[in-house]
Amino acid sequence: MLSLEETHEIDEAVKIVPYRKAACIEALKIVQEHRRWISDESLREIADYLQMSAEELDSVATFYNMIHRRPVGRHVILLCDSISCWVMGYENIRTEIMQRLGIKYGQTTADNRFTLLPNPCLGTCDHAPALMIDNDLYRDVTKDLLEDILGKYP
Amino acid sequence: MERPLTEHIRKDLRPLTLKEYEQAGGYQSVRKALKGMTPKDIQSVVKDSNLRGRGGAGFLTGLKWSFVPMDSTIETKYLIVNADEMEPGTFKDRLLLESAPHQLIEGMIVSAFAIQATISFVFLRWAYKEAANHIRFAIQEAYDAGYLGNDILGSGFNLEMHLHTGVGRYICGEETALLSSLEGKRATPRAKPPFPQVSGLFGKPTIVNNVETLCCIPHIVNKGADWFQKLSLTNDAGTKLFGVSGKVKTPGLWELPMGITMRELLEEYAGGMQDGLKFRGALPGGASTDFLVEEHLDVKMDYVSIAAAGSRLGTGTMIVLDDKTSVVGFVRNLMHFFAQESCGFCTPCREGIPWIEKILTSLEAGKGEGHDLHLLDFHTKYLGPGNTFCALAPGAMEPLQSALKYFRKDFEHYIAEEIQNTTHPLPATRKRLITDISKF
Repeated sequence: MLSLEETHEIDEAVKIVPYRKAACIEALKIVQEHRRWISDESLREIADYLQMSAEELDSVATFYNMIHRRPVGRHVILLCDSISCWVMGYENIRTEIMQRLGIKYGQTTADNRFTLLPNPCLGTCDHAPALMIDNDLYRDVTKDLLEDILGKYP
Repeated sequence: MERPLTEHIRKDLRPLTLKEYEQAGGYQSVRKALKGMTPKDIQSVVKDSNLRGRGGAGFLTGLKWSFVPMDSTIETKYLIVNADEMEPGTFKDRLLLESAPHQLIEGMIVSAFAIQATISFVFLRWAYKEAANHIRFAIQEAYDAGYLGNDILGSGFNLEMHLHTGVGRYICGEETALLSSLEGKRATPRAKPPFPQVSGLFGKPTIVNNVETLCCIPHIVNKGADWFQKLSLTNDAGTKLFGVSGKVKTPGLWELPMGITMRELLEEYAGGMQDGLKFRGALPGGASTDFLVEEHLDVKMDYVSIAAAGSRLGTGTMIVLDDKTSVVGFVRNLMHFFAQESCGFCTPCREGIPWIEKILTSLEAGKGEGHDLHLLDFHTKYLGPGNTFCALAPGAMEPLQSALKYFRKDFEHYIAEEIQNTTHPLPATRKRLITDISKF
């Protein structure tokens, strides 16, 4: 069941658009904010609430890379893999993170602390390489900085 | 040198509050427009200013607006700012969004008035978290001060403004895909016509403009078309946010007159190449623009001059290729991006770009085959303009085709050795394809 808080927030989003299902991306974002990812069950609940089929909603949910249709850890690392970061050597950062955490792209650490995902250009190319953890942007990242950066996320 | 878009941005990049912004002359253009000008007057001054869209395509803003029906029986029209900045190598709108949110809102109000739109959206990239906070706050301040809402400044003009943060995907930056996304659908582009100006968001007349474009509007309305034209060193009007990334000494972003040369940008602002590296080429305006090389360094950075040199000004943010970075790796990284970000709707783009990425990956792995360069050439033709549903694939082909032109030896280098070791024959289907290609 969608919580009262969730339905209240979705109702606000529905007010802005001419018909209910036009708010479905907002609804996915809202529920993901509360539950960290969109399970099949969450998907069906949102679809029912917006009077659309779960299949149609899934076609939307799976199109967008920031909607997680699989569980993620407590913190999500988004590592920029686009051109300026590539030129500036992001691949070393990638190797270092993967070794430190023992995971590859798309995987979550056994203690459920981190999920690592590749991410297209983060729009801070004059400070490449860059990565985001949750809502925080890190720029001019070097291997030496990683210990401190990762340490901020228990 | 005048820098209208960035002059009021603080050194520490903290945005001005509404009060501070007003003290710096902010929101004057809203007063001027709503109290003393007609929508047609604003459209005229923007048309006369020769402002071209700063999102990449460079379409004339005044001309774009002129297609919006101004029939007073139309109840709902939309103005949308495309703040989904995601062209790799591009980081210019971030500054305006994070550090000058009121300038954008001011530009949106005046632009909405010019086309008589009553609902506006900021379509903001999810990754710009700080910008989202600043814009949300600024929109609320603008409502509280009576610049948004009903009967703005007693003019009778009403405007709603909403912030929509996206959930990823480069294709959302394509104007019609953005509309699909805002309607809660997969972000696939739409057929044109009908153009969004006539039938856009939820089937209503809609204008979608880039952040930097709309930030120019208050200044044009305040100071006039002639003033805006004179900011530029060439015939393409205004200033432009120019950026440089890659292995230069001081990568960064600067507001400069349109028409400065690539050399000035690279050497005077970006500090030249890092020690021990040489300039080999650059994508002048983001990932989907053609390489320019040393012979082009004195080309002026404006829409017309860059086009004449065989590339596009695009977003005006340059990505530099140095002599120690692999050209094939550089292009492979770009193709990985475009393959991943294809919406998958049309076949040439969905199938073609991953094929290119595979070929380039195999080249780098020393597994290139003799026909690989022909296959790459083939794709640059068949994924070019007119063969795909939207501009994503043709844009993706720009760096590839120009790399094949200027750096062909770098590609051949991977193949030459390998050909000698090729023992397996081509499968029949691929042979047929290669024969077809050789007709070009």
